[in-house]
Amino acid sequence: MPQIPGNDILIALATWLRQWLLTIGLDPASIDILMAVIRALLLGTLALLVFMLITWLERKVVARIQDRIGPNLAGPWGLLQPIADGIKAITKEDTTPDGADVTIFNASPIVAGVAALLVYAVIPFGPNPGGDCAGTPCGPLTGTDMSIGLFYILAVGAVSLIAVLMAGWSSNNKYALLGSFRAVAELLSYEVPQVLSITAMVMIAGTMNMTRLVEVQSVPFIFPLFVTALVFFISGIAESGRSPFDLVEAESEIVAGYHIEYSGMKFSLFFLGEFVHAFAVCAVVTTVFLNGWVGPFSFVPPWIWFFIKSFAVFFVMMWIKFTMPRFRIDQLMAFNWKFLVPVSLVNLLVLAVLDTVLRMMGLGRAANPWVWGLILFAANLLMLFIALWALGRAARRTRSTERRIVARMDDVTPAAPVTAASAPAAGN
Amino acid sequence: MTLTHIIFIVFAAITLLSALFCVTTRNMFHAALYLVISLFGVAATFAMLDASFLAAAQLIVYVGAVAILIIFAVMLTRGGAGSLPAKQQFNTQAGLAAVVTVVTLFILLRVVPFFNYPVQVAAVPIDIVEQLGQALVGDFVLPFEVASVLLLAALIGAIYIARERRKGEEVEEG
Amino acid sequence: MAIPLSWYLIVAAVLFCIGIYGVLARRNAVGILMGVELMLNAVNINLVAFWRYLNPTDVSGQAFALFVLVVAAAEAVVGLALIISVYRNRGDIDAENINLLKQ
Repeated sequence: MPQIPGNDILIALATWLRQWLLTIGLDPASIDILMAVIRALLLGTLALLVFMLITWLERKVVARIQDRIGPNLAGPWGLLQPIADGIKAITKEDTTPDGADVTIFNASPIVAGVAALLVYAVIPFGPNPGGDCAGTPCGPLTGTDMSIGLFYILAVGAVSLIAVLMAGWSSNNKYALLGSFRAVAELLSYEVPQVLSITAMVMIAGTMNMTRLVEVQSVPFIFPLFVTALVFFISGIAESGRSPFDLVEAESEIVAGYHIEYSGMKFSLFFLGEFVHAFAVCAVVTTVFLNGWVGPFSFVPPWIWFFIKSFAVFFVMMWIKFTMPRFRIDQLMAFNWKFLVPVSLVNLLVLAVLDTVLRMMGLGRAANPWVWGLILFAANLLMLFIALWALGRAARRTRSTERRIVARMDDVTPAAPVTAASAPAAGN
Repeated sequence: MTLTHIIFIVFAAITLLSALFCVTTRNMFHAALYLVISLFGVAATFAMLDASFLAAAQLIVYVGAVAILIIFAVMLTRGGAGSLPAKQQFNTQAGLAAVVTVVTLFILLRVVPFFNYPVQVAAVPIDIVEQLGQALVGDFVLPFEVASVLLLAALIGAIYIARERRKGEEVEEG
Repeated sequence: MAIPLSWYLIVAAVLFCIGIYGVLARRNAVGILMGVELMLNAVNINLVAFWRYLNPTDVSGQAFALFVLVVAAAEAVVGLALIISVYRNRGDIDAENINLLKQ
């Protein structure tokens, strides 16, 4: 049985706990349920600790991108800044607007936070050490090894929409209501390319089980499934409501959207939901496209590789956030329905055809992964070039239409340009 | 009475109680949210019955789409608190409806649990999801395609029925 | 002992009857639709319980429940579109008042 450093402690702890629970007389089924509850608690705590780290990381990265230093007063390198933020949030006044529906108002940040945390139940942090189980816990280092892991992530994403509607409605504020309508419209729309790209992934990999998805990647799927990864990443950024898609919640737009009436810890819970969801998207991208926990040196525990890759993907997400301007709502929708959805549909079609043809020719993923990966990568590059060329043409056409509309709005013929010769004459 | 039974009773209670509140509350938005909780409970029941794919599908389709649609409809038709007077959420035959409900429940509960079903306690095959996928494009390809056409028809129909009429365009009669 | 089949059937039966009450007693058209959704979910619970306890190796039980899910969603969509259209034309979705074929 291959020794995986870092796993042994957890397995030893779990075995000891099981034995102790057996001796106090619980039956094995109840022990399973209790162990699942403990796993859920541990994963929730891990997700929240990662959230703390992420808030600090985000502020440092944005500071460096904007050529300043960032928080450096609270602890070494500002590492205790998240704790300071938390204390500030807790001590803020907790207002409830007049006429608001109090139960729903209080419940909606909780639903938003929990819906984001639920994704971590299926993220695989480490491989299956193998060997027979026989009463001792074994299996991959993950919350639960569901056969429908990726599908479950889609299902949980749907839950966070309800929280947005609850927040908008219960605030008794028309800006909040309008903001929540726009947010739900955007979130629902961006689920379509997300689902289509997940369908492409599942079709190529042949499984929805998150651990198996890492194991079948003899070549990291980011190469043969490049367009899929791009579409999933972009729609993941849109789903978590981050810039450049944060029209629905930015402070300068629609007066901060659906969480305008929330202050203090409740606002922090919405904030937490967004960041936790963003990191969950990074974790899924790492698992499905970047080969999960696999790393070159075997003395490093696999979950360290997992976190390194996830943070690298998160860095790309932050990079995009702090260098791109925000989309308008109509640009958002147009981008989704006129670019992402056709691209993901064509991608699905091309991948299905190519994968079947290659498998029939004997160059399938199982037989010859590198050739298969290379051919699919070439097809992806071709699709990307065609998509970007079409996008460029459409953008040029839109710009020229807008220019014509603006020109037509100036009915009066523009005055003769003031030249250096005529200005002194006018001044005299 | 193992932990499994307790969990089942908890989820069944959540489902049934929120369904009861859904049909009896006066505030339509609350009714929609109770419906969401009830649908969650149904998804949990599916998960307990080892139908994990169906539980996730239930969450995606019902909670993620139909429930949101119902909430939008409640908001757009202003069925919230204060629009209809409190007394008028139930129509004139509400009492008769309650009687019919209780009678139906009584009949069902007398018959259904005491029938002798040919129960097999076999285990669900480990690759049931793959089998479901194969069945959907193999044995059940016709219902699958018909369901796709049905969804397309529903999509086009809903957009057409509920679209905004432009100024001067008559609402079509008949 | 695992959970007996009759428990699932009882839950489904009670949910179905709650749905019947919602359909028959509600005035608001959206409320009636919610009752219909509850009834369809009760039917789905029944289907899946029978699949699990009577024939778990055959996948057609789950496929049937999946199709019921799909059809219920399509029906909810069209029903809500109709309700919104009625609201736009009459300003009222009280089922007691929508009882004339022409305004």
